[in-house]
Amino acid sequence: MAEEVVLLDFWPSPFGMRSRIALAEKGIKYEYKEEDLRNKSALLLQMNPVHKKIPVLIHNGKPVCESLIQVQYIDEVWHDKAPLLPSDPYQKATGRFWADYVDKKIYDLGSRVWKTKGEEQATAKKEFIETLKLLEKELGDKPYFGGESLGYVDVAFIPFYSWFYAYEKCGNFSIEAECPKLIAWAKRCTQKESVAKSLPDQQKVYDFILEMKKRFGIE
Amino acid sequence: MAVVKLFGAWLSPYVFRVIWALKLKGIPYEYIEEDLSNKSPLLLQYNPIHKKVPVLVHDGKPICESTVILRYIDEIWPQNPLLPADPYDRAVALFWIKFADDKGYLMLKLYRANGEEQQAAVKEWLEMLEVMEEHALIGVKKLFGGDEINMVDIAFSFVAIWLGVLEDILGLEICEPHKFPRVSSWIQNFKSIPVIKDNFPDTDKMSTFLKHGREMMLTSKSN
Repeated sequence: MAEEVVLLDFWPSPFGMRSRIALAEKGIKYEYKEEDLRNKSALLLQMNPVHKKIPVLIHNGKPVCESLIQVQYIDEVWHDKAPLLPSDPYQKATGRFWADYVDKKIYDLGSRVWKTKGEEQATAKKEFIETLKLLEKELGDKPYFGGESLGYVDVAFIPFYSWFYAYEKCGNFSIEAECPKLIAWAKRCTQKESVAKSLPDQQKVYDFILEMKKRFGIE
Repeated sequence: MAVVKLFGAWLSPYVFRVIWALKLKGIPYEYIEEDLSNKSPLLLQYNPIHKKVPVLVHDGKPICESTVILRYIDEIWPQNPLLPADPYDRAVALFWIKFADDKGYLMLKLYRANGEEQQAAVKEWLEMLEVMEEHALIGVKKLFGGDEINMVDIAFSFVAIWLGVLEDILGLEICEPHKFPRVSSWIQNFKSIPVIKDNFPDTDKMSTFLKHGREMMLTSKSN
């Protein structure tokens, strides 16, 4: 049976990138559809009526919403190649905990770094770095969060690396200076083809952020 | 025989999620009540990142975050499965569990609100209930899990039980049966399930405690 896989996405979305990486890791052919978030397609609204957000993975006409759920779904359906979650339940739980931690912290703190100024920004930067340091500690000496190979937490977290340059420029700080091991991990991930072709260029993301700032009248 | 410990707090909906899952699977466990205003060193050692309950400790290894705990329990003890076996159906269930998780903040928001803020909080609750009514519960006859409860039912338990406590102490009716017939029907079905009935939170104690707590909070706000 021919598998039909479609991904409704938006190129700078770190959440969309997660699904792109998972699909690439498994070598799945799919149709990528770019959404204009100011003019959402009828298909998007039909496939994700509750949140109306990207990414949406459509597998043989049926939608899967929420990026981490998509990654888990992809891992389960195409389980014979490049497993992302470990088989041990405790290790799985650890992976889910840290992916949840990334979800709870990184996007919001990162957003506050580029959207705010002065004291608010200073606080956001401090919390952002603290969060990164905790993740760096969890990584430890492993090459990947998943151990010897790219895993669930790596896929959940690495997309935000494409936004680091934008955060650094907006917040006037260096992430590498604070978290060198994390940057080493990020560079290691981007050596992988699945990651390299799923993440946009950091300068392009920065230009996009500058446009957003103009549009929202920030600075 | 492996030892299972659960660190909890008597009024937490997140703790009850884990209690019900363990009971459904028939897993014996030791329950440790935490005073959330004076957390034990052991809790802080087991959950240094979030410092919250519930924490499940299995064979000395801690698992934190209620949904992560539920999925762990479901995998270690496969009897009475809490999630569908089919990957797609499971993805849909996980979507609704995440939706419920993401709306949990509404409890505290409503509890703390007064005046205009309360109106805004009520509006958010109504929006959430509408999504349950018009989307989540479409095609659901009795419970999300069919004739038995599953993880989705458990995830929405804060709507089934804790919303009622809030309505009671605030003197508001938010989940009106004529406005939300499917939700109301689901709530009744949920509350009639034996494992829920037999392990029901002390809602009277909660009402008294929370009513008093709210009065103290509002008085100190206005001072």
